[in-house]
Amino acid sequence: MLFWRKFEDKLAAVYIQQKVRGFLHLYNGQEAVLAGSLHAMDSEKDRMITAYRNHVQPIGMGVDPKRVMAELYGKGTGTSQGLGGSMHIFSKAHRFYGGHGIVGGQIPLGAGIAFADKYFNRDSVTLTFMGDGAVRQGSLHETLNLATLWQLPVVFIVENNGYAMGTSVVRTASHTDIYKLGLGYEMPCSQVEGMNPVDVAKGLEPAIDLARKGGGPSFIEIKTYRYRGHSMSDAQKYRTKKEVEEYRKIDPISQVLEIIKQKKYASEKQIKEIDERVAKRVRECEQYAEQSPFPEDNIMYDVVYQQKDYPFIPHKIQ
Amino acid sequence: MSSFLVSPVTVKMATLCKTIRSATATASKLSQFSRLLSTTPRCNVQMAVRDALNSAMDEEIERDEKVFLLGEEVAQYDGAYKVTKGLWKKWGDKRVLDTPITEMGFAGIAVGAAMAGLRPICEFMTFNFSMQAIDQVINSAAKTFYMSAGQVPVPIVFRGPNGAAAGVAAQHSQCFASWYSQCPGLIVASPYSSEDCRGLLKSAVRNDNPVVFLENELIYGTSFEVSEEALSKDFLVPFGKAKIERTGSHVTLVAHSKAVGLCLEAANELIGQGVECEVINLRSLRPLDDQTIIESVMKTNHLVTVEGGWHHCGIGAEVVALIMESQAFNYLDAPVLRVTGADVPMPYAKSLEDLALPQVKNVLTAVKKSLNIS
Repeated sequence: MLFWRKFEDKLAAVYIQQKVRGFLHLYNGQEAVLAGSLHAMDSEKDRMITAYRNHVQPIGMGVDPKRVMAELYGKGTGTSQGLGGSMHIFSKAHRFYGGHGIVGGQIPLGAGIAFADKYFNRDSVTLTFMGDGAVRQGSLHETLNLATLWQLPVVFIVENNGYAMGTSVVRTASHTDIYKLGLGYEMPCSQVEGMNPVDVAKGLEPAIDLARKGGGPSFIEIKTYRYRGHSMSDAQKYRTKKEVEEYRKIDPISQVLEIIKQKKYASEKQIKEIDERVAKRVRECEQYAEQSPFPEDNIMYDVVYQQKDYPFIPHKIQ
Repeated sequence: MSSFLVSPVTVKMATLCKTIRSATATASKLSQFSRLLSTTPRCNVQMAVRDALNSAMDEEIERDEKVFLLGEEVAQYDGAYKVTKGLWKKWGDKRVLDTPITEMGFAGIAVGAAMAGLRPICEFMTFNFSMQAIDQVINSAAKTFYMSAGQVPVPIVFRGPNGAAAGVAAQHSQCFASWYSQCPGLIVASPYSSEDCRGLLKSAVRNDNPVVFLENELIYGTSFEVSEEALSKDFLVPFGKAKIERTGSHVTLVAHSKAVGLCLEAANELIGQGVECEVINLRSLRPLDDQTIIESVMKTNHLVTVEGGWHHCGIGAEVVALIMESQAFNYLDAPVLRVTGADVPMPYAKSLEDLALPQVKNVLTAVKKSLNIS
């Protein structure tokens, strides 16, 4: 979690230097959700898909963080060779299916991946993440209905950080218990506290287990918080600094650090070493991204289509 | 009222022809009476468009276990337009799925399934309803391969009737050829004949790219002669290759889907006036076979495009532009003319609907204007 936090902080810094362009949606504060999910799932075979706040999830699934940073820099060594950017990190090899920019667009995709797993009798569960804003999209409701009807091995996870961009949950619906949206589809629903990774893991394990055993999907709302704005251009006028500070008191990283100190899992010296190691790793990522070349021009045309089935790209026909 | 042959009958006819032919061949080798059986019978197999589509899907489902079909009423109802008749009975729930009325949901699930290794055929009852799911077609299906730099292909086929039907009014009659053809990342096919349908649908299923397959409800019942080659299970029509349905030297007519039939009718009428039309059936809108059009225009020096969709940013507009940008521009003896649907939402009254869609007389008018004859 510490690495993810520092990674995101580094991205904020280089974004201001204009090394990263477009949108930048950072995960600060929500790390426990990912940490708990990775613990609860089977990282050798389960799959993950999320929206556009997607830098650290692929790192958690095993992708080299240097390549994630390179992607944000738009370099040819990035996870999508510079073609995707911040919102579109993919790694099929690590079972991470993106990286999607349309709010709610990824929800049916996640159910579809689960559909294929069920079709082939593969023992995989797909964790489909979304924000509190996405639950108002029709795509969620259509997908919850189909996933339950067809009993797909998928777990729908809402990272409720209280705000859909600048609109609080209170302002988006007449009720605020997001997990109850699943009740209408007769699927298991629950609400989980998301500032501690152990709580998250405990909250997700039964759902993942149920899906794996063929018991169908679950709808889990995880209450979390993001310390930074929706994206880098967010002036955060919709919430008070006081509120943010209250949530900083229960920072998941601080919580875990407290436990480490109390239970003496590591000495002060070891903790300091971890800090240094993390800082070093982040610096390596930055260096790698800085030094990597931009993609070659022609690649822009090379991956629009599966080439062997579309031999019509002009510069390739010469 | 159009009639249609039930698929098994068509296949039996073809099998019968094959049997006669092989029996004849065998007999002529073995028998001293072979001189009596001097010619093999010619078999003109007629196949309706819906049977062409049905048989193509049936064969592809049989060929590859990853292929499956989903959509509204495709299974137990046998298809809203009977295109998928018999498939559910033959292949069952796993391969042929009925969905609720939930286009965004089932199209998105189909795209996700394609991302994870399946090869879905996703039916939209008509392409008007694809608008409910268009985000999944464009932002998920068309762009994911690109955004992932080739890691995640999406081998899906979206198929269904496109364009005008009969008397179904504004919300059920739109042509989406332009909309989908514009998007890089999609392959867009618009077949006309039964051979087109069989070959292009099979190509679509076997292609690893997402394909939008635009059919036409009004010609589902039309029968076309199909060659024996077209009946083979591996008969494929490539994308990006138009078909010259009729050669001619005076004017080139370019169309896709049902409008091809309109051009052929107009061409027949014009024979009487000594005008020989070359009719090009595009078959594939993206990629578009510009080479065939260019070569034809260089020969005929006159071009008229015909389509059911609206003129504004339509397929005809694209053809006009590509001719302007090509060497064929220097060969034009008249400006390119477009015959298109009227620039209105589809009206209901038959008299108005007839005015809103291109008719043979509109094609004749355009050709005569192009050739400066009366």
